[in-house]
Amino acid sequence: MTDVSGSAGAERFGALETHLRARRQAGAKLLIPYVTGGYQGWQRAVEAAAAAGADAIEIGIPFSDPVIDGPVIQQASTAALAEGATPASVLEEARALDTGIPHAVMTYYNLCHHQGHERFASALVEAGVSGAILPDLPYVEAGSWLADSAEIGIEAILLAAPTTPDHRLADLCGASRGFVYAVGLLGVTGERSALASTATQIAARCQAVTDRPVLTGVGIGSPAQAVEACEVSDGAVIGSAVVRTLMSDGPEAVGELVATYRAALDRG
Amino acid sequence: MGEPTPSHRSVMGEPTPSHRSVMGEPTTDGRFGEFGGRFVPETLVAACEELEAAFREAWADPEFVAEFESTLRDYGGRPSPLTECRNLSRQLGVRLLVKREDLNHTGSHKINNVIGQALLAQRMGKTRLVAETGAGQHGVATATAAALLGMECKVYMGAVDVDRQALNVFRMRLLGSEVESVQSGSRTLKDAVNEALRDWVATVENTHYCLGSVMGPHPYPWMVRTFHHILGDEAAAQCKDLTGGDPDVVVACVGGGSNAAGIFSGFADGDARLVGVEPAGGAAVGRGVPGVVHGMTSYLMQDEVGQVMEAESISAGLDYPGVGPEHAYLAAIGRAEYPSVTDDEVVEAFTLMSRAEGIIPALECAHALAWIVRAAPEIQGQTVLMNLSGRGDKDVDQMMDVLGMHGSSE
Repeated sequence: MTDVSGSAGAERFGALETHLRARRQAGAKLLIPYVTGGYQGWQRAVEAAAAAGADAIEIGIPFSDPVIDGPVIQQASTAALAEGATPASVLEEARALDTGIPHAVMTYYNLCHHQGHERFASALVEAGVSGAILPDLPYVEAGSWLADSAEIGIEAILLAAPTTPDHRLADLCGASRGFVYAVGLLGVTGERSALASTATQIAARCQAVTDRPVLTGVGIGSPAQAVEACEVSDGAVIGSAVVRTLMSDGPEAVGELVATYRAALDRG
Repeated sequence: MGEPTPSHRSVMGEPTPSHRSVMGEPTTDGRFGEFGGRFVPETLVAACEELEAAFREAWADPEFVAEFESTLRDYGGRPSPLTECRNLSRQLGVRLLVKREDLNHTGSHKINNVIGQALLAQRMGKTRLVAETGAGQHGVATATAAALLGMECKVYMGAVDVDRQALNVFRMRLLGSEVESVQSGSRTLKDAVNEALRDWVATVENTHYCLGSVMGPHPYPWMVRTFHHILGDEAAAQCKDLTGGDPDVVVACVGGGSNAAGIFSGFADGDARLVGVEPAGGAAVGRGVPGVVHGMTSYLMQDEVGQVMEAESISAGLDYPGVGPEHAYLAAIGRAEYPSVTDDEVVEAFTLMSRAEGIIPALECAHALAWIVRAAPEIQGQTVLMNLSGRGDKDVDQMMDVLGMHGSSE
């Protein structure tokens, strides 16, 4: 396997990346739903999403100041915090999940910084989590986290944005683990009525510099938009649509929603 | 103004700056010691880099600096005077000098930074400003600069603050700005920052985030402080004219810490004791531990797992659970100290200054005076310079509720 990070020797992929690469190899478009951990019914929503054909699950650990999240995920985070969700309680509940697919957490850097990288990463490992997304820890600040997470066996997933300059993009994609999260638009998480043109542009720029799986997220609001995004990228992350469904119709409806995305992506 | 011109200042990155070494330029990755940095979503990293490059280039351009200084002089009313408070000096047993930033256009020191950033934004080709505001002083200043330069402007203000600062909300709207009442989180300053950042993530191509304090991602803490050097340099020259040297103590209130950074910068390389006064309910240096939020590593009030706590203070402008990273650095190296005062002490000081000197201070600056009152027995006979960073007109509505119609807590 090509080592795109430029370090000596072949890169050993973690559980998340190994699984995503295998699925891609088999011809599938990848689908990763996001669920806010600690929100009422979240575990059943995760299991329903997995049963409906998700390739991995992104579990949100709610934070007091979710600066990259739009109104839907903010609302779910606030509700989960009000019900007493903590990083420890979400991870404890995550450990009880048996989905058969890899899990990644998505949270904000202060919750990691507060515990220290090693304790945070070790807690993820103990909870059966493979990867972590920290959207307010950009590549330029991520050096020590990339090293510490690799040491402990957590795949540190980096985000690439439409504004990421070319001179940084190849290094960023090389340093990311699990997959490259291509941010589809300039803006916070949330569904949009149409897929932004930036979504296909950034995915194409990532694909040109890495063979790592590239998934597009932020701003995907329908199965048709996911299909459109996947014309360029290897897969899609869907967040606000899932969380909105969880909040309005409950966990079983999440399974139905994910099934519509799965079917659309499989049809192509 | 008898000052060294900014083109000779250490912000230029000269190899051995003779001027300002303690509060000099941060490292290339935006650190003051272990504090600072650029902890923003990837989408904003390029914008921060672009801003830093544009700021360095503009500040090295004598024409830009001349426009900045002439705008502050002819439009903003600089230099602001230094007032010797004879009545309070007698009462407290210290020699109290007050830097009158309350007399600036828009009523506070905030105009210095805002004029600097708005001119810079215009130079960068941005057509729109967004800002957060707590008490409304920074929002009013930003709305003012936007009106002056013909830019679009949107100000985010926590819903709690919108209620207690109705006058400033009206001012901003009168000046042509949109004011959005922020309903998320604690509905105060930290949530207004979140909302302004969310706006900027989506509009970064045509919008400049006009951040109001020495906080946020690099280059903001350094750039905002640099735009406030003018007040510290003026104060240093004025103190020298009046007393022949530096004061013994320099005191300023600290929320994010911009007025304190401005005045400290005029004295940090000397021997004066530097005191930044925090509200008891928002004592980031006093009660916080290092954390990361709003783009920076700094002291931050947080709970046992790292959730950011809500600050609670009588003063909307200091209702912030963090503090600028350079203050965290100055505290860590022992160059400045950061005590806190209670709301009750602040109300006393607010009344005291109004009665004794005929100056109604902003509630924020009343924190600085409250510390001076408390510390007076230990600093008898010393010369104390206080930054009166804003006027209290905006607070009179709220203080009518606190004090009653007769205007006294007695």
